[in-house]
Amino acid sequence: MHVVNISRQSASRQLRQATTEPAAVRWLLVAVALAFVGVFLVLPLVAVAAQALKAGLGAFGAAILDPDTLAAVRLTLLTAAIAVPLNVVFGVAAAWAIARFEFTGRSLLITLIDLPFAVSPVIAGLIYVLLFGMQGWLGPWLADHDVAIIFAVPGIVLATIFVTFPFVARELIPLMRAQGPEEEQASVVLGASGWQTFRYVTLPNVKWGLLYGVIILNARAMGEFGAVSVVSGHIRGLTNTIPLHVEILYNEYQTTAAFAVASILTLLGLVTLVAKTIADRKRAQSLVPLAALAEDPAHSAPPHLDLAGHALQARSAGAALGTPAQEAWA
Amino acid sequence: MARSRAKNVLPGFGLTLGFTLLYLSLIVLIPLAALLLKSTSLTWGQFWGVVSNPRVLAAYRLSFGAALGAALVNALFGLLLAWVLVRYSFPGRRLIDALVDLPFALPTAVAGITLTALFAKTGWLGAPLHALGIDVAYTPLGVMIALTFIGLPFVVRTVQPVLEDLAAEREEAAAMLGASRWQTLRGIVLPELAPALVTGFALAFARATGEYGSIVFISGNMPMKTEIAPLVIITKLEQYDYAGATAVAVVMLAISFTLLLVINLLQGWSGRRHGEA
Amino acid sequence: MRRSIVAALAALTAALPPGAAAQQAPKDVVLLNVSYDPTRELYQDYNAAFARYWKAKTGQSVTIRQSHGGSGKQARSVIDGLQADVVTLALAYDVDALAERGRLIPRNWQTRLPDNSAPYTSTIVFLVRKGNPKRIRDWGDLVRPGVSVVTPNPKTSGGARWNYLAAWGYALRKFGGDEGKAQQFVAALFRNVPVLDSGARGATTTFIERGIGDVMINWENEALLAMQEMGKGQYEIVMPSVSILAEPPVTVVDRVANKRGTRPIAEAYLHYLYSEEGQTIAASHFYRPRMASVAAKFASRFPRIQLFDIREFGGWQVAQKKHFDDGGIFDRLYQPR
Repeated sequence: MHVVNISRQSASRQLRQATTEPAAVRWLLVAVALAFVGVFLVLPLVAVAAQALKAGLGAFGAAILDPDTLAAVRLTLLTAAIAVPLNVVFGVAAAWAIARFEFTGRSLLITLIDLPFAVSPVIAGLIYVLLFGMQGWLGPWLADHDVAIIFAVPGIVLATIFVTFPFVARELIPLMRAQGPEEEQASVVLGASGWQTFRYVTLPNVKWGLLYGVIILNARAMGEFGAVSVVSGHIRGLTNTIPLHVEILYNEYQTTAAFAVASILTLLGLVTLVAKTIADRKRAQSLVPLAALAEDPAHSAPPHLDLAGHALQARSAGAALGTPAQEAWA
Repeated sequence: MARSRAKNVLPGFGLTLGFTLLYLSLIVLIPLAALLLKSTSLTWGQFWGVVSNPRVLAAYRLSFGAALGAALVNALFGLLLAWVLVRYSFPGRRLIDALVDLPFALPTAVAGITLTALFAKTGWLGAPLHALGIDVAYTPLGVMIALTFIGLPFVVRTVQPVLEDLAAEREEAAAMLGASRWQTLRGIVLPELAPALVTGFALAFARATGEYGSIVFISGNMPMKTEIAPLVIITKLEQYDYAGATAVAVVMLAISFTLLLVINLLQGWSGRRHGEA
Repeated sequence: MRRSIVAALAALTAALPPGAAAQQAPKDVVLLNVSYDPTRELYQDYNAAFARYWKAKTGQSVTIRQSHGGSGKQARSVIDGLQADVVTLALAYDVDALAERGRLIPRNWQTRLPDNSAPYTSTIVFLVRKGNPKRIRDWGDLVRPGVSVVTPNPKTSGGARWNYLAAWGYALRKFGGDEGKAQQFVAALFRNVPVLDSGARGATTTFIERGIGDVMINWENEALLAMQEMGKGQYEIVMPSVSILAEPPVTVVDRVANKRGTRPIAEAYLHYLYSEEGQTIAASHFYRPRMASVAAKFASRFPRIQLFDIREFGGWQVAQKKHFDDGGIFDRLYQPR
């Protein structure tokens, strides 16, 4: 412990220069990134806001509070509330199986998980029509039993689950692979159960990846248009989600209302902001249970866990000390 | 060497893999099987006739070409953006970080209309570009711009967590041992980021090939020139030609699947090599 | 909302609760009218009027739900199981599909209501910029070099098929029925089209907000609406010498209405479109009414021009196959030479 900390403290000043770029390079990179963001994110957002507010705040409020809009908001929230948790559970399970175990066909499995992204949204909707539609395989039977799947909420949820299927898994797999299984193995060897290992070792480690995964999954679930459009039936006030309602308003020459309703979805950016701030605050807290685990006499902690105080640093420090650094670029 | 033995220590393989396969089958594989089955209602000759039509081929070229271009732009700028957001502090950083997901949340039609408004000859960006002799809206370049927009979050959001997790210690160690900054970046940082970067690229590419809603507004939809493959699918559906539509879709899917599989195999292979080293 | 959650979860777990669809109280009725894009305001007004009329006549409350989208897509949804009691679409070709592919209605559906089951009509006109700087008076002006024409893609837009056929019909008249010359004319027209939007609304945006094109070909009702909503005083409508009579048809969807027991009220709903009140509402939303007395009241809004109809092309089935299906004449206009 002392070795690591002392070396870090004494060298930190010189190291800062060696572990970041010269100021000029930093500012250049920031400037380029900002220019890219300006063209591709800020300008479109400003244009949307300008259109939404063109007729004044009154018209904006009226568009948002329209009963059909509120119905669309409710349906979108309901859809996301079902689709997001299901895909998160799947994503975590898939990432655990794929990133922590070697088995034949692993690359194939990853590719199959990617597949929904490669399917055009139009087709993503169509496949459910082929299955559950009146001309499809199950449609007539479902109709006889009065079960509505497409042109009703279940179809919308299914299509949304499909198009957002890979997000969490694909966010976690590269992250967990980069981290390696050593900490979890140590935890299990020391007697922690599988669930404890996941809860106190894996979860804190993949927290950021999981957060990003959930954020983009949710954004996409709420914003999906193409697939949902095919299975919705567009019944006003009943099966229209926010994006569908936006398109309908636009088609009815209600441009201002269309952009006003669309701007509801840009507020998701605020959710991201809040979620990341909370996650930042919890960063310190999340270390506590791990330390508790390490100090728990029932599980005598491994030396390197004890040494560095928490798992994240332990691994990196271990890597820095244990592995000859030259090897990495040799 | 100890790797494979140690791996078996971890529990839950059967449970998680079983659940993964079950959910995958229910949500993805069975419905996609329905799609494949539908396209088999065509004879081989009919199928070939549909997908080898010059107009369909031109649409494939545009969809895959523009998607590749957009994914490359996103890989480069997404990496840069993730790096800047994680490593540097500058005014507005948190706000920009929150904006990154916007392209997913914005309904595609709104994105298409807005980008067309910006890049048309009369638009805020289109007018100066037109003065320089570059037309964006209603050209393949416009398609690429729109695809860049809709795929933007992928690379940023896959690279970001890995970068955040990449502890400074290894870079410090490298620097202590005399590596230059460039050597450290190339030798330590980039290999760590590569899997996430490639994943983000592959996902952005796959998503871009199938995008429809935003593109129809900016592309101009001219046959042989700016007609994308999903539009061809829509035109077939308009003729109630479900089998033809699925045929076009199946070929797109097969191409995307092959590309993704190759990327994933390469990645698995390089990961294994990296691990054994 | 709770019911939807239950329904959704039930479907996901593949359990099958009886009657997941909402059961209506016997007294109140809900109808679903599946329509195409530009008719929302028309039917919003009409639905309220019909509900009042029906309540006064029978004492029964009726709620009419609306669904709008591209005409072809809406027809596909109904074929695939969208529970529409009535459909009110842009062209008979899409309603034919309900009979041919879905077996939801009899093939002679079009003879069941007066006027080919089209209670209101429209036609195809030009919208030009203020002052008509390119002096566009008729179809012949659209093929002049240097004239830029905006029209949506006939492959994806029902309205654009009317545009195309209107131009074709003009050319047939001009060239004495010579199909080859008509094809050359239409080819020349589409060479002047810089952008093929996927729908009528997209084309309107291209013309009005992007400032592309000297003339837009569109439905008369869309052109009048666009003038009112977007560009007061900045655009002018030009009536060509001859155009096509667009007949957006309506029908009860027998299979659905019979099953739901809504047939009498669904039929009454469509019949009332032909009443004076129904016709007046259609006219006030820029559709040409059939009833002479109502037409007289709105005569200034709808100038009389020479109109031909779809029978000139042998009906929609023939026209679609010949012109718009893959490999048809429209595709050949764009074949690389």
